[in-house]
Amino acid sequence: MKFCVCIKQVPDVQAAVQTGRMVLNAYDASAVEEALVLNAENGDPVDLVLVGPSTATETIRKALAMGASDATHLVLENAEGADSHAISALLASHFDGHGYDVILTGKQSQDTDAGLAGAMLAERLGLPYATNAVGLRVEGDSLVVTRQGDAGQEIIVLETPCLVTCSNDMNNPRIPGLKGIMAAKRKQIATESAAAPSARTAVAGTVDPPGREPGVKLEGEPEELVADLIRRLNTEAGVL
Amino acid sequence: MSSILVFCSVQDGRIKRSSLEAMTRARDVASGAGLGLSAVLLGSSAHDLAGEAMSYGAQHVYVVMDRVLDTHLNAPVLSALESVVREAAPRMLVAASTESVKDILGALAVRCDAAVLPDVASFALSADEVSCQRPVMAAKKLANTSSTHSLVFVSVRSGSYEAKQAPADGTVVEVAFTFDDATLRQTLKEVVTTAGDTVDLSEAQVVVAAGRGVRDENGRALVQELAEITGAAIGASRAVVETGLFPATAQIGQTGKVVSPDLYFAVGISGAVQHTAGMANSRIIVAINKDPDAPIFDIATYGLVGDCFTILPLLNAALRDAMN
Ligand SMILES: Cc1cc2nc3c(=O)[nH]c(=O)nc-3n(C[C@H](O)[C@H](O)[C@H](O)COP(=O)(O)OP(=O)(O)OC[C@H]3O[C@@H](n4cnc5c(N)ncnc54)[C@H](O)[C@@H]3O)c2cc1C
Ligand SMILES: Nc1ncnc2c1ncn2[C@@H]1O[C@H](COP(=O)(O)O)[C@@H](O)[C@H]1O
Repeated sequence: MKFCVCIKQVPDVQAAVQTGRMVLNAYDASAVEEALVLNAENGDPVDLVLVGPSTATETIRKALAMGASDATHLVLENAEGADSHAISALLASHFDGHGYDVILTGKQSQDTDAGLAGAMLAERLGLPYATNAVGLRVEGDSLVVTRQGDAGQEIIVLETPCLVTCSNDMNNPRIPGLKGIMAAKRKQIATESAAAPSARTAVAGTVDPPGREPGVKLEGEPEELVADLIRRLNTEAGVL
Repeated sequence: MSSILVFCSVQDGRIKRSSLEAMTRARDVASGAGLGLSAVLLGSSAHDLAGEAMSYGAQHVYVVMDRVLDTHLNAPVLSALESVVREAAPRMLVAASTESVKDILGALAVRCDAAVLPDVASFALSADEVSCQRPVMAAKKLANTSSTHSLVFVSVRSGSYEAKQAPADGTVVEVAFTFDDATLRQTLKEVVTTAGDTVDLSEAQVVVAAGRGVRDENGRALVQELAEITGAAIGASRAVVETGLFPATAQIGQTGKVVSPDLYFAVGISGAVQHTAGMANSRIIVAINKDPDAPIFDIATYGLVGDCFTILPLLNAALRDAMN
């Protein structure tokens, strides 16, 4: 099947201090991995598309180094104000007439946790879709999706063409080796300038979440720790 | 009069508590803005649950009764909600941020030409703007986000507000709906649930969560015993979901569920940001970890430094006594 994966460059949320280091969105890395595994035997293409500034090229190279075939970079120098609504509109015009069997996105962006662009894109393209996939399987012309629902896992068969948003619980993305990195350097990235995005939401800055009351750390003999905890849960916390 | 429309998620024949929390907030926001409050219920139990929606203040309860809505497929739910949004013409649509709401929110917004503020911790409405605070950067920050669009959808994280009744004299509005199965292009084969799914994690008052330190079946048995004694739902970190020791439904955090119980036990969990993103709003956090420098101790109300295989048997026995 012909896959295209939408990938995003995000700040490294894991870092204790933000240094400006940017990474491939972890959920998108899982989407790339899954497409590569599904196409490993048949050699069908796994293409990529990214909307973002010129500096996001390094993230495209990373996904190419994993083994993806071709990439399109929709260059948008100031992507900060582009919300999922705007991004999905830009992606929808990219997919117009492309003929992919399956479009994959991450289930959410690691930095904003919005979780909207995938289903928005599916709706714009009129495709059946499933979100929060933890497993994918090809069966004839269909895609069998295992998605994590509210209570248990739902197994859904989607006709292709379709769109699926991927959880990182799907797999562990490969770390590109030297060979992949060298091959990625030689690959052409098609660049196009993206149209001006039309956002419907605006972010007016961030604040620290309300802090927690400082807690107590109990150290010592296990019997004493437990007795102390029970007493505190009873008297201080009032939860027993 | 325009209104705020609340989508009520139903599970096991009841409106989910997180929906009632969202509805309580929507009621306050609506009355502050001079708007009405309405609710929407889907599926064969919709009619039966309309009374409960009214007891939380819904003046109009839109119901769509089609059986196809009892399945987990998103296409019929999208069509039904689209019909209701067209009929009710609300100022806002508010829903609890459940997995099934996350599944449809983006597509519904495109279909109804709405703006979306997803997964918010709080929201408000002024004359021309819906504003909210939503966790970003793995919940290390709250982003002040807003929309001036004429129709705004908001999904609310569970535990953000307290559910309070305020009965209204409501009317039920049945919305006509037909769904052509030929347009479905998807089929539900199976829903796989595990025994651990009995207590709904996102609504539980007590959660016992296990991490890599719990290690094996013996550790799991100790955790299950603690959960039984305290009437808790069982949660897990990604590490032990990955090893298969706990089901994926139990995962708490950025990828998993958001919980905000009264009491949270973190057993053998280091406290990575992606985990704390889903539980840092718990009222009392008890952490058991053998590493005194584990980051979980930074947010724990009570941190017990020690081996969970030593501490849990003692704790379980002591709790059993204390509860009797
Ligand atoms: C995009 C993304 C999303 C993610 N989403 C999630 C998510 O939703 N939920 C989630 O949990 N993680 C998530 N993660 C993974 C997260 O970063 C951590 O890897 C994970 O939370 C670690 O789980 P842990 O604390 O159980 O394991 P570890 O970090 O390995 O910690 C184990 C802890 O157990 C302690 N320990 C060991 N033995 C004992 C013992 N005998 N007694 C007591 N203590 C002991 C150790 O001291 C240690 O602190 C995500 C990661 C990414 C990149
Ligand atoms: N700038 C972008 N370029 C390409 N794909 C993107 C971009 N932003 C978001 N996506 C896709 O949409 C998913 C997340 O959507 P959201 O959480 O709404 O931002 C990501 O996992 C990507 O697959």
